[in-house]
Amino acid sequence: MLEIVNLHASIDNKVILNGINLKINLGEVHAIMGPNGSGKSTLSNVIAGHDGYDIISGDILFDGDSVLDFPPEKRAHLGLFLSFQYPVEIPGITVSNFIRTALNEIRKAKGEESLGASPMLKLMREKMKVLEMDKGFLSRSLNEGFSGGEKKRNEIFQMAMLEPKMAILDETDSGLDIDALRVVANGVNALRSDRNAFIVITHYQRLLDYIIPDFVHVLFNGKIVKSGGKELAIELEKRGYDWIKKEQK
Amino acid sequence: MKDRLSAFYWLNETQFAQASSEQITSQRRSAIEKFEIEGFPSVKDEEWKYTSLKKLITPDYLFPSPFVPLDQEEQIDFNDIKQFLVNDIDCYQVVFINGRYSSWLSETTHTNYDICTLGSAWKKYPEVVESYFNKLTKDDGPLVQLNTGLAWEGLYINVPKNIIVDKPIQVLYISTGDTPVFNQTRSLIILSEGSSAEIIERHHSLTNHETWTNAVDELHVGSNAKIHWVKLQHDSSNASLTQHSKIHQEKDSTAIVHTISTGGKLIRNNLDFSLTGKGAEARMFGLSLGSDRQLVDHHTRVDHIAPNCSSHEAYKGIYDESSRGVFNGKIYVHIDAQKTQAYQQNNNLILSEKATIDTKPQLEIFADDVKCTHGCTIGQLDEDALFYLRARGIRNKEAKALLMLAFANDAIADIQHPSLRVKLSQLIGRKLGVDMSNAL
Repeated sequence: MLEIVNLHASIDNKVILNGINLKINLGEVHAIMGPNGSGKSTLSNVIAGHDGYDIISGDILFDGDSVLDFPPEKRAHLGLFLSFQYPVEIPGITVSNFIRTALNEIRKAKGEESLGASPMLKLMREKMKVLEMDKGFLSRSLNEGFSGGEKKRNEIFQMAMLEPKMAILDETDSGLDIDALRVVANGVNALRSDRNAFIVITHYQRLLDYIIPDFVHVLFNGKIVKSGGKELAIELEKRGYDWIKKEQK
Repeated sequence: MKDRLSAFYWLNETQFAQASSEQITSQRRSAIEKFEIEGFPSVKDEEWKYTSLKKLITPDYLFPSPFVPLDQEEQIDFNDIKQFLVNDIDCYQVVFINGRYSSWLSETTHTNYDICTLGSAWKKYPEVVESYFNKLTKDDGPLVQLNTGLAWEGLYINVPKNIIVDKPIQVLYISTGDTPVFNQTRSLIILSEGSSAEIIERHHSLTNHETWTNAVDELHVGSNAKIHWVKLQHDSSNASLTQHSKIHQEKDSTAIVHTISTGGKLIRNNLDFSLTGKGAEARMFGLSLGSDRQLVDHHTRVDHIAPNCSSHEAYKGIYDESSRGVFNGKIYVHIDAQKTQAYQQNNNLILSEKATIDTKPQLEIFADDVKCTHGCTIGQLDEDALFYLRARGIRNKEAKALLMLAFANDAIADIQHPSLRVKLSQLIGRKLGVDMSNAL
């Protein structure tokens, strides 16, 4: 469904992605691991359509079609979702208003009717229950003053509401304590099906105890240098990244 | 133009004099004389440094005479003005057309309080008018003096002790006709001890010709009384407004003023509060959305005269294209005004390279036990926030509008009336070119 072909990208003339190849099918969970500065966040931003990067060469295909020329909103309409590593605080927009606007924009783009206030609220309540979120959450300003855990939970809540086909979780585990991690992972697992797919970007193997990946890739210097099953993550946890760095030299 | 205005006064002086007392007439005369000496303010005047009236005073305006009935051209009916009102609320309604009262479009009352027109009050309530008219405006600049000289029509409210006005008062000032027109409007609002009222005010032009309304308001807010005043400045692109609003507050009174400036050519607001009794509270909020070549100029002034008073000021500006904004916020804490709490914020977004904002906080503090905070910011839309919204499927234009609305939120949060909030979100949405009817 998502196919990344020999993708090269740079920011301020500095090449960050150096020929990424990745193919993801429906029903799969791919973990991307790698040391700091390996290009993990750049990859997720580029897939989501952030215009701060220059695509030097290569392609990103969604259901077979290139999305490189699509703005971020159009990619979201196709079913792409990025759970942000650092969700932005936006005072003055409530969580509920934000999600309602987003969901209805996506429905509109798909030619569906927009969802009225009460079915919307009902849906929100259902999803919040899974994520063990408090009702008061909806009327708070978007991410403003949220703890790290609340921010990540809010990202997963949005994902649950928007039901994307392809979700990228960018370091969703960072800043989470073990309980929050479990809740967030449960939220993700509840959404897993053969109609969607996930990329889980993380530093640590810990999250992968809860969200069990089908494939693990190691990103280093803007390239996928190693791929394997879930046991690769365990090996990385034990041995660190140094042996991979050495292998590359 | 100055000479024509002065001639207009002297020509009509007898008629002005016939309608009100000698005392008022002598005040008119001295005001006009002041105007004759000073003329229109120029950019050399510190108070008008960023706002030139040069172009505004050029057209060959008609000065509608309060003593001539509305002519055919000026006759309008409810359908012409419907869109400028908040329609689904029960309210009092006072409508003026080119500075003259329109009884058939208005709904006034004299039952528990007077909500009517100043034009009728000169004769009907001479003592009240004499005690309050021009009491707050004597020392103001030439535009106010001009208005005092020619003052005739505008909103008149007099609420007795401990009476709550049971529904909002909508006041609409219409400019119309087949020539450029220059209107003076004057309101006099008296809220006695413990009373309260809510006003929704709008100036609007129906013509494609240049119009200029020079408005002056005097509000007397008695002890423990409360006024909430919402000014919707969403006029057409050839319409200009200069407005001086003076609010005198006594002990424990509250005045809340919202100025929402989204349309019009040149808007100059002077909004002055004097807090003369202990525990008085002034709250003022502004939201300015500039586009094209619009100019929105806010000059505010709070005089903390009595101790234990508070003032809270939050003005937000968003300027696009070649629009300009001016903010000058003065806070004077007088020597006896101990325990003053004053808060002032002016935040601006600049959306284009040609848009400008000049912002100037001005605090003068003569008491030693006070808490004053102020700040101003000028910035652009947050690109990260924009990406965040777009990545959730919200289109660029809508995402920008949503961010602007979020930015503006502080300035409109205190407006509680649901219908008014809907109206407001429609106005803002129309300005930003998106459907915002569900956004507030």
